[in-house]
Amino acid sequence: MSDLMTYTAGTSIIHRLPAGAKVLALAVVSITTVVIERPWLTAAALALAATATVLARLPRRLLVKQWKAYLVVVGLLGGYQWLTDGPAKAFQVAGGLAALLALAGVVSATTRTTELLELAVRCSTERVGITLALGIRSVAVVYDLARDVRAAQLARGLGFSLRAFAVPLVVRSLRQADGLAEALIARGFDD
Amino acid sequence: MPLIEFAEVTHAFGDGPAVLEDVTVSLHERRIGIIGGNGSGKSTFVRMINGLVVPEAGTVRVDGDSTANQARRIRRKVGFCFTNPDSQIVMPTVAEDVAFGLRRLKISKTEVQERVAAILETYGLKQLADRPAHTLSGGQKQLLALASVVVTEPEVLILDEPTTLLDLSNERRIRREIEQLDLQVILVTHHLHLLDGFDRTLVFHQGRLVADDHPDQARTTYRALI
Repeated sequence: MSDLMTYTAGTSIIHRLPAGAKVLALAVVSITTVVIERPWLTAAALALAATATVLARLPRRLLVKQWKAYLVVVGLLGGYQWLTDGPAKAFQVAGGLAALLALAGVVSATTRTTELLELAVRCSTERVGITLALGIRSVAVVYDLARDVRAAQLARGLGFSLRAFAVPLVVRSLRQADGLAEALIARGFDD
Repeated sequence: MPLIEFAEVTHAFGDGPAVLEDVTVSLHERRIGIIGGNGSGKSTFVRMINGLVVPEAGTVRVDGDSTANQARRIRRKVGFCFTNPDSQIVMPTVAEDVAFGLRRLKISKTEVQERVAAILETYGLKQLADRPAHTLSGGQKQLLALASVVVTEPEVLILDEPTTLLDLSNERRIRREIEQLDLQVILVTHHLHLLDGFDRTLVFHQGRLVADDHPDQARTTYRALI
């Protein structure tokens, strides 16, 4: 799961599109899907996401990993909406979320972080760009830390305890953040 | 080789005991080793060289520049490689992480690409250029961390226990790469054999510089301390 948000090398048409075009398309679909609540629009967004996924020719292994993670969130949200507002609303909300997650996955898997960083630098500042890059990298880091903490719990024969999981995860994440900050300074990014 | 000077340096973190006490030393040799037990002050000592830690008392200078007010200039000369490469890898993929350090040099994109390709080739990471960095093995990560620093062409390279987390084969690989570097190297290590062929070795004990000698004599002193 920890490579969900990282670039996967390829030569597909989606890989070759400029980062700006991909991010702009993602933003337009996101805003439209959220603002204009129509089932046909959700269906169109899902179709677009499916088309982009096929065109990107991403490895099946990555897609399975992505969808294992997404389905939990989409399923819970869809189930809740079905119970409270009925199937039409559930399709609209969960389907819209699924489409956006799929599109975001395609964008991050087909766009080098450096390109996203350059884009952010052009639109704002280098600081914002580096922050975004670090955010993307941190998803993998925190996931790996969480897996280590859980493995340590299991090795000690402990069942699941939210506190026993959260405390070491937060402590290790903060320690990792300290190390990363020190490394950034050492690499000359000290302003 | 750049001249690194510590003058009467003392430092403590917060209200804690001194982690370094009254250290005065000048370093200009090509290969310098730093050894000592855990908590002896050796990591703080090397962090002071590129201004990651500024001493509470005394001064640290690199080629005459003080780390207290010219740290940025010093960091262009002094590269730093940490024990845990995971803390040092900033960008998601291998090639992007190597290119990251070059952003500050304001060189052209073409030159960045050329330098990244060359260093990845040198360190045997070319095939992994587009791989997510966190999926590399421990040895590959440490090579990447080393490559990411060396690509910026520092004059001094500080390595803080770079082989502690590695197996024997990867330790040998890192050692080989260090041997081939044409720059001043300051190596903190618990693996004493890595200091074979070094010019000079400092031994720290409880915050004090207790020996400054040829590696053979320094290792004997260190063994007597533990």
